[in-house]
Amino acid sequence: MITLAHFLALGAVLFCIAVAGIFINRKNVIVLLMCLELMLLAVNTNFVAFSRFLGDPSGQVFVFFILTVAAAEAAIGLAILVVLFRNRATIDVTDIDKLKG
Amino acid sequence: MTTPFNPADLLAILPELVLLGATCAILLIDLFLKPGQRDITHWLSIAALAMTAYFVWRGAPDLRQATTAFNGMFLHDGISVVLKQFVLLMSGLGLLYGRNYMRERKLLIGEFYLLILFATLGMMLLVSAGSLISAYLGLELLALSSYALVALNRDSAISAEAAIKYFVLGALASGLLLYGMSMVYGATGTLELARISASIGQVEHPGWLAFGLVFIVAGIAFKLGAAPFHMWLPDVYQGAPTSVTVFIGSAPKLAAFGLAYRLLEGGLGGLSGHWTLMLAILSVFSLAIGNLFAIAQSNLKRMLAYSTISHVGFLLLGFVGAMPAGYSAAMFYAISYSLTAAVAFGMIALLARTGFECEEIEDFKGLNQRSPWYAGIMAIAMFSLAGVPPLFGFFAKLLVLKAAIDAGFLWLAIVAIVFAIIGIYYYLRVVKVMYFDTAGDATELPLPADLPMRWVISLNGLALIVLGFAWGPLFDWCNRAFGI
Repeated sequence: MITLAHFLALGAVLFCIAVAGIFINRKNVIVLLMCLELMLLAVNTNFVAFSRFLGDPSGQVFVFFILTVAAAEAAIGLAILVVLFRNRATIDVTDIDKLKG
Repeated sequence: MTTPFNPADLLAILPELVLLGATCAILLIDLFLKPGQRDITHWLSIAALAMTAYFVWRGAPDLRQATTAFNGMFLHDGISVVLKQFVLLMSGLGLLYGRNYMRERKLLIGEFYLLILFATLGMMLLVSAGSLISAYLGLELLALSSYALVALNRDSAISAEAAIKYFVLGALASGLLLYGMSMVYGATGTLELARISASIGQVEHPGWLAFGLVFIVAGIAFKLGAAPFHMWLPDVYQGAPTSVTVFIGSAPKLAAFGLAYRLLEGGLGGLSGHWTLMLAILSVFSLAIGNLFAIAQSNLKRMLAYSTISHVGFLLLGFVGAMPAGYSAAMFYAISYSLTAAVAFGMIALLARTGFECEEIEDFKGLNQRSPWYAGIMAIAMFSLAGVPPLFGFFAKLLVLKAAIDAGFLWLAIVAIVFAIIGIYYYLRVVKVMYFDTAGDATELPLPADLPMRWVISLNGLALIVLGFAWGPLFDWCNRAFGI
């Protein structure tokens, strides 16, 4: 029997993988974008699980909004990435260090 | 529980509808304009903001009256009215101050106006949010527009870097906020802030609620730019085109205040025992990091970014009491800060010329000999940010300090005063450079021929003195919005 706790654990694990990916990743900005997407999917898992077990559909409505915003966010993120690549010819995270202090 | 569509609800969101309609119309009109006709877009955008402000004012005869629309998704109350008026004002100032800067860099494209208008719409939705969904959508409309605005100068490597940093950390903040929202939803079973607030006492799993609260506070701190979640702020302010910094440095602070108020007090007010201490700690970190790091900066935009972090620390002082008087003082502070920051960043945009950014503190050397009037306006802005009486910024600081002391956080008020005194040093350094250093070339400063901007920035600077003497009516306005 799969209970709410299982889904919440899955959501928490996905969320932790995403946050760890953002902070540990030192290679590539595209991996960062993937981690951000994974983070939103972890939240979606949570919302759907709660919605199912509470018997309240509004959580699933929220998931649709999150999916839509995530698509727009990915589009803007990739566009900024293209701009960055045109200017720097690199998308290595360690090379993004002109601004500091 | 839910009622079917009620046409009267449309009246509550009339200002937003007007702004949305006008923005879409400007989007279409701009397509047919030649590059030399961008002034039409400019004045149409200002007119759209003014018209929206008129509808906001007309829809709110009494600030104490609160109504909801769309089954509680949208709140129409005094707080949202006051915040919307100032958000619209600050966005209009952002457009006026940015025009000449963008034109000289061949960046005056329709997107600059449209993104600011959409961001303004997002801020208006955010400060009226009555449910977690509307708060999230308003926030993302603001954030997505801001990411694109920062990257507007496509050929600048530092703009692109600032944009990607802003994007990654902003999206991370949204993720944290959403995760917190999902836990709060799971604990209370509703997305509506008023019903979350009502059901906090009788939840089955208080642990989920506390867990969600931590994530929500972290998300809000990211969006406000409170230390230790401030990493993005200096890079973004420095890397963005100055005209964009004018915008993102002023109006979104009001919206972030609205977000914090709606979620923390409107939704999770029953947990104030937990979050007041978290905010007090964030406030101490912000005051310390903002003021100490600002001293070491040589770039004025970066220095003002660290000063923003310290001002966020002051703003949070109003929250630690979790009482209406404190929120009112915090809102007053947010208004005062955004009006002052607009002058400071606007002055950098005014003095910048083609091929010369004027963003180093050194660039202001001897400004008094070259242009005494604008040196005076800049000095007023610096004194107001430092909190020197009798300017606007002093009374804003006084009111939040009073709110913190009334809430029993005397130690926090003392910490804030100590760091405010440290902070005076770097504001006065700018004044010293302007008045007591001599410029390398004592030639006359060629100011841009953008008369509306020169007039408005002068009025904005003088308003800081006038409001320093006549801050009572504005504070009454804030108090009435919170029902005091």
